[in-house]
This record gives sequence, C-alpha cells and structure tokens, in this order.
Amino acid sequence: MDFLRPVGWEDALAAKAEHPEAVPIAGGTDIMVEINFDQRRPRCLLDLNRVSELYEWSVGPESVALGASVPYAHVMAHLRTELPGLALASHTVASPQIRNRGGVGGNLGTASPAGDAHPALLAAGAEVEVESVRGSRRIPIDAFYTGVKRNALEADELIKTVHIQKADGPQQFSKVGTRNAMVIAVCAFGLALHPTTRTVRTGIGSAAPTPVRAKDAETFLTAVLDEGGFWESRQPLPPSAARQFAALAAGACDPIDDVRGTAGYRRHAVGVMARRQLAWTWERYRADDGRGTRRTAEGAA
Amino acid sequence: MVPDRLPTRLTQDSRTAAGTGPTSGTGGIGESTPRPDGTLKVTGEFAYSSDLWHEDMLWGHTVRSTVAHATLVSIDTAEALAIPGVHAVLTHDDLPAPVTHYGLEIRDTPALATGKVRHHGEPVALVAADHPETARRAAARIRVEYAELPLVTDEDSATAPGAPLVHEHRTDHHSGHVPHPNVVHRQPIVRGDVAAAAARAEVTVTGEYVFGMQDQAFLGPESGLAVPAEDGGVDLYVATQWLHSDLRQIAPVLGLPEEKVRMTLSGVGGAFGGREDLSMQIHACLLALRTGRPVKMVYNRFESFFGHVHRHPARLWYEHGATRDGRLTHMRCRIVLDGGAYASSSPAVVGNAASLSVGPYVVDHVDIEALALYTNNPPCGAMRGFGAVQACFAYEAQMDRLAARLGLDPVEFRRLNAMEQGSVMPTGQRIDSPAPVAELLRRVKARPLPPERQWLTAGEEPDVRALPGGLSNTTHGEGVVRGVGYAVGIKNVGFSEGFDDYSTARVRLDVLGGEPVAVVHTAMAEVGQGGVTVHAQIARTELGVTQVTIVPADTRVGSAGSTSASRQTYVTGGAVKHACEAVRERVLELGRRRFGTYHPAWATAGLLLEDGKVVTDAGEVLAALADVLAGEAVEVERVWRHRPTRPFDRRTGQGDGHVQYSFAAHRAVVEVDTELGLVKVVELAVAQDVGKALNPLSVLGQIHGGSIQGLGVAVMEEILVDPATAKVRNPSFTDYLIPTILDTPTMPADVLELADTHAPYGLRGVGEAPTLSATPAILAAIRDATGLELNRTPVRPEHLTAHLTGTAGAAGTAGTAGNGGCGRTR
Repeated sequence: MDFLRPVGWEDALAAKAEHPEAVPIAGGTDIMVEINFDQRRPRCLLDLNRVSELYEWSVGPESVALGASVPYAHVMAHLRTELPGLALASHTVASPQIRNRGGVGGNLGTASPAGDAHPALLAAGAEVEVESVRGSRRIPIDAFYTGVKRNALEADELIKTVHIQKADGPQQFSKVGTRNAMVIAVCAFGLALHPTTRTVRTGIGSAAPTPVRAKDAETFLTAVLDEGGFWESRQPLPPSAARQFAALAAGACDPIDDVRGTAGYRRHAVGVMARRQLAWTWERYRADDGRGTRRTAEGAA
Repeated sequence: MVPDRLPTRLTQDSRTAAGTGPTSGTGGIGESTPRPDGTLKVTGEFAYSSDLWHEDMLWGHTVRSTVAHATLVSIDTAEALAIPGVHAVLTHDDLPAPVTHYGLEIRDTPALATGKVRHHGEPVALVAADHPETARRAAARIRVEYAELPLVTDEDSATAPGAPLVHEHRTDHHSGHVPHPNVVHRQPIVRGDVAAAAARAEVTVTGEYVFGMQDQAFLGPESGLAVPAEDGGVDLYVATQWLHSDLRQIAPVLGLPEEKVRMTLSGVGGAFGGREDLSMQIHACLLALRTGRPVKMVYNRFESFFGHVHRHPARLWYEHGATRDGRLTHMRCRIVLDGGAYASSSPAVVGNAASLSVGPYVVDHVDIEALALYTNNPPCGAMRGFGAVQACFAYEAQMDRLAARLGLDPVEFRRLNAMEQGSVMPTGQRIDSPAPVAELLRRVKARPLPPERQWLTAGEEPDVRALPGGLSNTTHGEGVVRGVGYAVGIKNVGFSEGFDDYSTARVRLDVLGGEPVAVVHTAMAEVGQGGVTVHAQIARTELGVTQVTIVPADTRVGSAGSTSASRQTYVTGGAVKHACEAVRERVLELGRRRFGTYHPAWATAGLLLEDGKVVTDAGEVLAALADVLAGEAVEVERVWRHRPTRPFDRRTGQGDGHVQYSFAAHRAVVEVDTELGLVKVVELAVAQDVGKALNPLSVLGQIHGGSIQGLGVAVMEEILVDPATAKVRNPSFTDYLIPTILDTPTMPADVLELADTHAPYGLRGVGEAPTLSATPAILAAIRDATGLELNRTPVRPEHLTAHLTGTAGAAGTAGTAGNGGCGRTR
C-alpha cells in the first residue's frame, strides 16, 4: 500500500491528480476501521493530516467556512451559536476520542446514509467546496449525495471546505440509537427554521439510501407558516399541522430492515422526531420575541 | 528461549497496597486490597495474551466455514502454500494423532472440520506465515468446496420426522436417554403431585418466553503463543479459564503426553464463560509443531464472535398456580435451550436450568423439563449465570403476572413464597445455609426511589443526559414514563451433579532479606475476578506475613479447576487456606523443635502467626518467623474439595446436586420514551448475600459488573442469527452493542454477610447471582412503564412501539425480530 503524505493543499491536489485511486485519509475514523477489518485494502492512501488548511474555519456574514478536517469536538466547543444543528449532531458522533479525530469532511467523503453530520447539513443548508488541479467548485449539499456511499466528487477532487449557512433561527437534531453513546444511527432527523427566508429545511439520516430532505414536509410547513401568518404572529402551531408535518417526514423515508432496526420503526421514529423538533424549534422561535435568533445552542447539556 | 512479555510475578505488599488502596490494615481477608494489575490495566501497560511476542515467530490464521451446514467436498491448499512466507497449511488430514476431536463434556468437536461443517464459522484449515497479513492473504486462497445440507435451526426442525442429524453416530453418555439424537441432554424433575396441586390452584398463569443469544463480549480477543520445545513438546502461553481442562483436551489431539504440553496463563482480558472451551489452543500448537517455529494467533473482533460459544438462547413455557391468599401451589415448565452445533457445556447448563427453574421459591409440586438441542446455529455453552439466567427471566415474569392476578404487591407476593434456610429444592435438596431471599427483596424495596424528572434543570433546557436517548437528544421529556420492577434469583456455586470439583494450591514460606515472604502458586486463571488479591489476603491472614508473591498460573502445579461457576474464591481460595494451614503447622513444628524448651507456651497455648511472628492466642510473642525458619523454607502443596454433590436422577431429577446457592435481588427504575421505544435505566439497586466479603471492593465490582451484563441482555445485547441461513448477522461491536458508561445507571448495593458454615470463612460465591435478576427486574420495570407484555429479551425499540406502528414487532411471533412468545393469563 502506498502512503502519500502531501505537506500542503497544492501538494495534495497534485497527488490526487496523479493518483486518482488514492483514498484520502484524515481522522481515519472510517478508513482505518475498514482496513483493520480487511474490508477494504486501498492500493494507495492520501494522508491529509499535514494539510493545515483543512483544519481552519472562519465565520462569515452568511455562512461558516468549515475546513474538512476540523474535528467534531471543535464544532461542539466553538460553533454552537452559528451551527447549532451540527453541534448537536457532533455530540452524537461515537466517543470523545473519535470526535477529536473525525471531521465533517470524512462524513461527506464516506457519504454513508448513517453519517451523523448529514441531516444537520441538509437542514442548515450548505455547499461543499471541492477542488482539483483543474479548479474549484461548490456542490450544493442537496446534490452532493448520489447513492449509497457515493457522492458527487470526481476522482481527482478533494473536499476542502464546507460552507454552512449560519443559523438564522432555531435548529434541532436527534438521533435514535439503541444505546447512549458509540452507536450508529438507527435513524436521525434534523430541522432548521429559517425565519429570514420564511422557509424550513430538514434532513433525514439512515432511513433512505442516501441522506435526504423531507421536501414534502418542508413545503407543507412552509405553506402553513406563511399562510397562517405564524412567522409574524408567533402563535402556537395547530397540532394538526405538527401531525401532518410528522407524517410527511415519515413518508419521505425509504428505509430497509437491517440488524439495527426495522423499516417500519425507522419511519415511525422519524415522524416522532420531526413532530418533537417542530415543537422545540417553534417554542424557541416564539420565545425569541422578534429580536432575532437567540445566541444559545438548543437542547444539549 | 522464553518469550517476551510473559506475565510477571505479581508481588503484593500489603503496606504499599494499603497506601494506595481504600483501606489500610494488614491486607488480610475482609479488606479492600487493590488489584496488583489494576493500574497497569487502566494505563494500558498490562500485557495481555495478544501482546505476546517471540523472536522468529510465525502468525497463525484460521480458515472458517462460510456456510452453516455442508458436506466438505474438497479443500485445495496448493495456491496458499505457494505464497512466499507461508510455512504451513493444515487441514483435518494433517492431524497427527488418532484423537481428532475435543470437547468439555462430550468429545464431539473436530479440531479441524472433517466430512462436514456444522455451523457458520467452524474452523476448516490453518495457515502459518511470517506475517499476519501474509497468513490472511493465504487463507483467502484456500479453496473450500461445500455441498450445502438442510439446516436444523430450532426444536421443530431438529425433531421433525426425517430431520437431518447434526451428529450422526452419537455414543456419548447422554445419547442413550435423549428423546432424539438432536437433543444433547434432557433433564426432567418431578416432585409432589402436580395434578392434584393444580386442581387446588385458584389462579393459574401460563406464559411463553424467549431469551436471545447473548455474547460474553470479553474485550481481549482469543490469543496465545505456542513455542515448540526441544523435547518434542510445546509450551503454550494462552488466555483461558481453566489450564488443566485445556491441557486434557489439547494433548491427545497433538499426540503428546500431558507432561509435554506445558501451559502458562497469559494476561486475560475477560472471560465470562467464553474461555471455558478451546479456541486457538490446539491450532497454534499444531502449527508450531509442524513448522518448528513459535506461532502466535490473535483473533480480531469479527473472528472472536466465531471463536467462542455464546449464552444459550432459550424458549421457556411456564405454568404457575397459586391460592387466593398468594401461596404457590405448583409449577410446570419446559425449557428448550439451543446448544448449537457442538455440545460444549450444554449438558451442565441443562442441569442448572432444570434444577434452578423454580427460582428462589418454595413450590412443593413441580413438573420440569429442560433440554438442549443440537442445531446448526452457533455453539452455545458457558456464560455467567449458566442456565439459571434464562429461567430467572421467565419465572420472574410469571411472579409479576401472578401477583397482578392476585391483586398483591409483587414484592410481598415473592416474599410470601420465598425460600429460606431449610427449604427444599425441587431436586429434594434441603438448603442448609442462609437463604435470605425475603430480606434481600425487603432491602431493595425499602430504598428511597430516585427523584423523578431529573432532567429538569434550573435553566429552560432539559438535561438530556438524564433522559432516554441521552445526548442523542430524542426527547425533552415527551412520552417519557417511569417504571419500577423487582426480581430475585438463585444460582448454584461450584460444579455440580457429582463432579469432583477440587483445587490445588502450593504455598511456600521463606525468609528473604530478613523478612518472611509467602509464595502462592496455583493454576487458577485470573480473568479479572480478583483471585490474585484474595489469595494474597488469605496467605497474610493465615501466615501473618505482609509480603506475598503470587506465582503465574501454569500447569507445573495441580489443577485449580475452572474460573467459573462463582467457585474460585470458594474452592481455590479454600485450597490456599488449606495449604497455608499446613504450612503453619509445619512452621510451628519447626518452632517447637527449635525453641520449644525455652517457653512452655509452645506446648500448651494455641499458637498463631501474626505480623511475622509466632504468638500465643493471648498475644505473647514467642519467636520471629525468620528465626523459626532459620534459612529453611517450608513448602506444601494441598488439594482441597468442597462437599461432594450427587447426580440428578435421570427420571425424577432428585439428588443433592449443588454444593451452595447464591441469591441476589434487584430493583430497577427505568424511564421509557414510550413513543420511540428507548429505555434509560435510571437506577439498578441490588442486594446480595455474599457470606463473607473477602475483598469488599472486588465483591462490589462483581456485583456491579454482573448487574450491567444483565442490563445488556435486557435492552441491547443479542447475537442475531438469520434463521434462513443460520449465519451470524452482527459479529462486530458496531452491531453487537454492550452497555457503555453512559448506559450504566447508579447501582446502590447492599451486601449481606450471612456465613455459610460449610464454606471457607463462611463465604458464598459472588460473581453470577447479580447477572440473573438484573434482566427480569429491568423487563418488569419496562412492563410497568408501558403496560406491554414483553415476553422476550432483549427488548428493542421496535418491540416497544409495535402497537404504534402496526407492525409485527411485538405480535408474538418467533424469531429474532419478534417479541416472541404469547404470554397469556387464563
């Protein structure tokens, strides 16, 4: 197995261009498991640990530019205000050791439907900045997941930065697992209210071949909020709307039966999470008294 | 040449131990002395068997069957042998001796498959290569051709007319009395007049229960190092539970006399019953003897799930009757254990399940049947609780349902029927030591309940860590309902049914640097249970020394029996005590010879060894041990046995089959997210009688650990076997979940010390009882919270939400996905 160790971003791009079969490795929390269990034996690994650019992040006026290798622990510690959904999702990633190593770039590179970051990215709205020696492009998160463990990257491209919209309203993330830590999601759900654009976005994990949005549920809720003047009135939502939102979220799932859970349970659980998160986020929005988004993260202790 | 990273001598000095430990004192029995390997394990420096290393060693690898039941048509090893770096490839045809099979109770397991394979993952061939990667690559080049055979996966398919026989030509000692060749062993127990008693019952409750397949999930995978010796023998360094049992099975397959197979215990990373059977022992020795090179084998986690037996999954049918005033009239039950493809310890598990099936209750009229099947599922055998666990899950569910029918408090109903000293078991055995069942229940019930709604905080956000789902943030209190449940269990201690259950200890008293030092040598496998502290404590108490050296366990000393059945402190502890007493007598003889004329007390007083001196029972110092020994060392080896047991009668199950009984009770407090089916165990209170806590810290560790293992199989731990293929679906820690510290509740423990006068120091085996009642207590609490029947464990989210989703999850269908069983009252 060849092991390429570029010292900077340009070197990394050159190496990837020369060795398009090379598998990028940063935190190693996915790849090393596969290698240790002999499930995968890449001919070539591209070690990104020396590429310091990937560990940088910055907060802009609209979005956070999050380097692909910024570890989850960092998101939890420093970006709770800007990225509350992703911070909540980061809390549920494996163990402290893994959260110190793994980053969002790895989740995107692996593109497993069970990756914990995906529902939060889908709900917040994000673009994945990828680059090759040919140039740079930004892939909208909605177009990034192309199949089971497949993404929109070309063979010579590397993920550099994830541009995630700063929260302009309450966000939530929940994950069902059968124990309280170190667990792969049975299913997950993320919800973000976007008062600025009068829209809502969602993300579903582990309940379809790829991470998906519950678009019908979003459309329904956006219409309800808009037509009922709820954004302005901040009145409680009718329970029927919450039920319908939950039903549509469950309906957006295309799950399977596997050792972690049944398809029927996944659909059900996504519906429950959607209903609860709508209540949590809307309560929080109502409490905001129109002066804009609160500056605290939701939910987590 | 001696390999690196051998277990070092564990020298324990009570004075330094006292400095770091929770108590100070002489370091004798009754004190919480810390483990000598504790710090090493916590800091990652402890050498486990997987850390063994030897210059020039090769790496062994096992080729395992990819199907569950098939004729072995051919094995082509040519391509593998041609790979550079490969030193040997072995199949069944290469076995050197007429004996090719092994087994704990029945020699039915081929060292390497011959003729056919009987379960998914059965060893078929071996590779030795100069690098583990090379060995793995070579193994992938071995071409095994299988012709698949019909599967036997449950009682119906095992006993149907024309069912394929898992073992065709049985000649074992159970084969004559079993109802079908696919039944390993069957034990009925009948006592009293069940029909007449059932007629007197005013309330009858029947239920069917399903217990899933639990894995021991020890953290140190199977591993060891075999080093060929100049005399044609082999030195084997290995993590195991019973060196001499391994030896008895290994040597004949190698074609060697036992004295040419020298075994040394290596660092063991947990066992829980999963190391009673052989794993890589014979394989590494075969490869070492073939290649003339040391051979190391280490299973990875995936292989480990195929490398050891699991806890028997079970189906249990129960009928209990009671009078209106809450007295049990009778009990009928049928327990079907799935033993999988090889017998392992299934016969003994059957004996336990049958004899302990009534639980710690007085029932004079019983009709009991327990049996284990041969199937093509993964082999099952010993695991902490050993047959008593499955029964406890079922009879405790029955107790709750009876109490509900009678309108009685579940704890009061249990206490009404609780065993006590003098009660008679269904086997006719009278319990002749304390059996404080009612008191244990009273204690867990008397504890204050943990505060409700602990997730509410001063701030506006809930503390999700206190909620089901934890930081996964699935609820802020919505749908959360609390439940409380109780359970109590009975477990036997030691080997039963007439087994000659003995241990051997060699104790030497010497003077080094002017200070007396005791050296204790046994073959006891330290698997984490704490025998290494207990032996030192016993030596200090009996010999009045502070310095004790525990010699690494090996086969240069006689058998210590198995580290299982909650027996080591009792039996090997008993042997150490016995040997220490003999050493003391010899020392006092020496003293009398040397100094007897100086002081009349040598002849007249009761003499003790204390603080390095010979003292009278009045406290007068007669001589220093160093002077008594005067350069001479005293060494004694002793064998010690507990009171004999008797076999159970084949037809009636009558017989004094067990030597001692152990009891624990739990109260579980759970919070269930009833919409998502997620469970948080908030508190798991426990009370247990331990007779005498030789090391209270270790005792507490056993009680807590056992409770958590019971929690695991209540809410998450299960090996899933595909019924269509008999293949294991989740052989990894990604999908076989065991509790983490975030799943661990507070566990207040009440430890009683009611002496059993038949046992050394009055002690009672500790390790298993807490595993029994934790599971049914948690299930009872979940039933209390949800109102669901829940006749299967582990209970999963889809079982708790099936009534919401309209799926078959809890409908009472069999199989891994279902909520199994169809408990009903009539």
